[in-house]
Amino acid sequence: MASHSESIIREPLITGKDITYAQITNDILRPVEKMPGRAWWIGFTVASIGACLWVFAVSWTFWFGIGEWGLNKTVGWAWDITGFVWWVGIGHAGTLISAILLLFRQNWRNSINRSAEAMTIFAVICAATYILCHMGRPWMFVYSLPLPNQYGSLWVNFNSPLIWDVFAISTYFSVSLVFWYTGLLPDLAAIRDRAVGVRRRIYSVMSFGWTGSVKTWQRFEAVCLILAGISTPLVLSVHTIVSMDFATSLEPGWHTTIFPPYFVAGAIFSGFAMVQTLLLVTRKVLGLENYITMFHIEAMNKIILLTGSIVGVAYLTEFFIAYYSGSEYEQYTFLNRFIGPYWWAGCMMYGINILMTQLMWFKSIRTNIAIAWVLSIVVNIGMWFERFVIIVTSLHRDYLPSSWAMFYPTWVDMSIFIGSIGVFFTLFLLFIRVLPSIAIAEVKLILKSSSEQAKKKVIEHGHVDPEQLEFYKESLVVFDSVDTADYEKR
Amino acid sequence: MSSTKYILGLFADPDEMMDGIDKLQKNSIPIYDVYTPMPIHGIEAKLGMKDSRLGWAAFMFGCLGGTTIFSMAYYMLVHDWPMNIGGKPAFAIPDFVPFTFEWTVLFTAFGMTITFFYATHLFPGRAPRVMDFRATDDRFVIAIDAKTNTSHEDITNLLKEAGAVEVKHNDRKYVSYE
Repeated sequence: MASHSESIIREPLITGKDITYAQITNDILRPVEKMPGRAWWIGFTVASIGACLWVFAVSWTFWFGIGEWGLNKTVGWAWDITGFVWWVGIGHAGTLISAILLLFRQNWRNSINRSAEAMTIFAVICAATYILCHMGRPWMFVYSLPLPNQYGSLWVNFNSPLIWDVFAISTYFSVSLVFWYTGLLPDLAAIRDRAVGVRRRIYSVMSFGWTGSVKTWQRFEAVCLILAGISTPLVLSVHTIVSMDFATSLEPGWHTTIFPPYFVAGAIFSGFAMVQTLLLVTRKVLGLENYITMFHIEAMNKIILLTGSIVGVAYLTEFFIAYYSGSEYEQYTFLNRFIGPYWWAGCMMYGINILMTQLMWFKSIRTNIAIAWVLSIVVNIGMWFERFVIIVTSLHRDYLPSSWAMFYPTWVDMSIFIGSIGVFFTLFLLFIRVLPSIAIAEVKLILKSSSEQAKKKVIEHGHVDPEQLEFYKESLVVFDSVDTADYEKR
Repeated sequence: MSSTKYILGLFADPDEMMDGIDKLQKNSIPIYDVYTPMPIHGIEAKLGMKDSRLGWAAFMFGCLGGTTIFSMAYYMLVHDWPMNIGGKPAFAIPDFVPFTFEWTVLFTAFGMTITFFYATHLFPGRAPRVMDFRATDDRFVIAIDAKTNTSHEDITNLLKEAGAVEVKHNDRKYVSYE
């Protein structure tokens, strides 16, 4: 029931005084219904310049071929696959928030799931562009599909993890899109019913004629639950299969059975960091501090700490297994990460992902917005280096010392990577401009049970354990959207 | 006879709306439908709605997806063009697991969602049949067919008693049409 009031020792998920259902709609739709402010325009300008750089560099690649990249015979896979794995990994947090946290009934997901899912979709788009680019001739993509052709038919090799990846990424993208859009329908209807003129027509088409009748909501909830249920194993399978692109090879440094869980943890680690990077700014710029509260920020930092530590354990396991395997190639690869010419990349990877993340053990760091934001960016730098180390450092010195080589990126490599970040932010900024960045209906669900005002009402009614009340008040001190003076009077 | 087609009870609070449903049902007044800005659990039980059967649709589509890709891979890799890869069997079932799983999920997601849209008459461009514009914002709306329930005064009073902030007597069923 909506009137169920939860324990006072739980931190509120919606802060602020006199929040009504109408105010939730107003607050969340403000950026959609008003012209965006200066911060949005600055961000959008910078991001679209990046996107233009991407278009130029990708066009250059298609015109002159992937010989324009810094690849050579030894290092035949470098920034392209690094960028691909990095982006796919970032995408994973969105599905974790929308699906896995839904199954676990974590109500704090309600105010971050929408933008996290959008982030997933944009990150997977960026990842998919790498697949198309690195083919050099993108129309050849058709040969990765099991379609009849004039060569026999010569079918795709279903035994190859690369083909599994085609299935995994395309399924992941399309299922995420369906999940995201279905969840958007009630909120699009809310925009439609407030808009006039052309805007009403556009949002009317987009809202599929949603009315919010009982049967619609009942089916909607069934659909969301089942989509969450199937997305949970799906998201785990996607990065498992990405890791198998490497793990099923015979390359030292790649040929590792720990890769699937290690990659999945790393993906969630980097994804949550990206959600943090985006939302800490978004909540400020769009004035959504009451909905994305310190509780959300701290909870995400805890997940970053957990997954980062799992990644750390995986690193140590890899080193131990390399030593324990007795294989000199395997041992050299891992030693080479520190004593080889790419020692600095190894230091970035291990230093950031193992050491920096451990700072999150301190509550003062988890709840410090500025530090959390910087750390979230640092995490993604570290995760980019992780993929670079795994891919390039393993390839550049393997079985044949006569073939050892270095990899030097060209301006095209760099422009495609920087440009893909521009594409990502352009899409995200357009998203927060035209679509509600928080799931309005889902936030309304928790207003009567988990908001600060509901808890205040419980306190006013009395019958609250004073010790619990004290605990609750103390937990509110770190909230930047709560005025603790309100509680002192009592 | 009055020209009222539908009586709408607009509530600001979901619990008061539930109370309104109880009061109407106690007085044997059938409810046409209820429109809410968010899913309110328990209404469907009160209105006697059956459980959604979308789960079955999802299961069937999942089976279809898994079977489709497994049969395709069997035809392509085992029947049509078996390859000799180091003498290993062409019918390598463990390798069939990843893509069979992916298509099971793919078909489940699309099949179920399209079934949902089809059953609920949702599609891009469908004219929204809105009884009250605030039902997607902050009003919990109970709609009662006024043609079959002639005691309009009693219904209005019942709704007010339950805590309705406004009771509308609408001459048109949907306000969203021009």
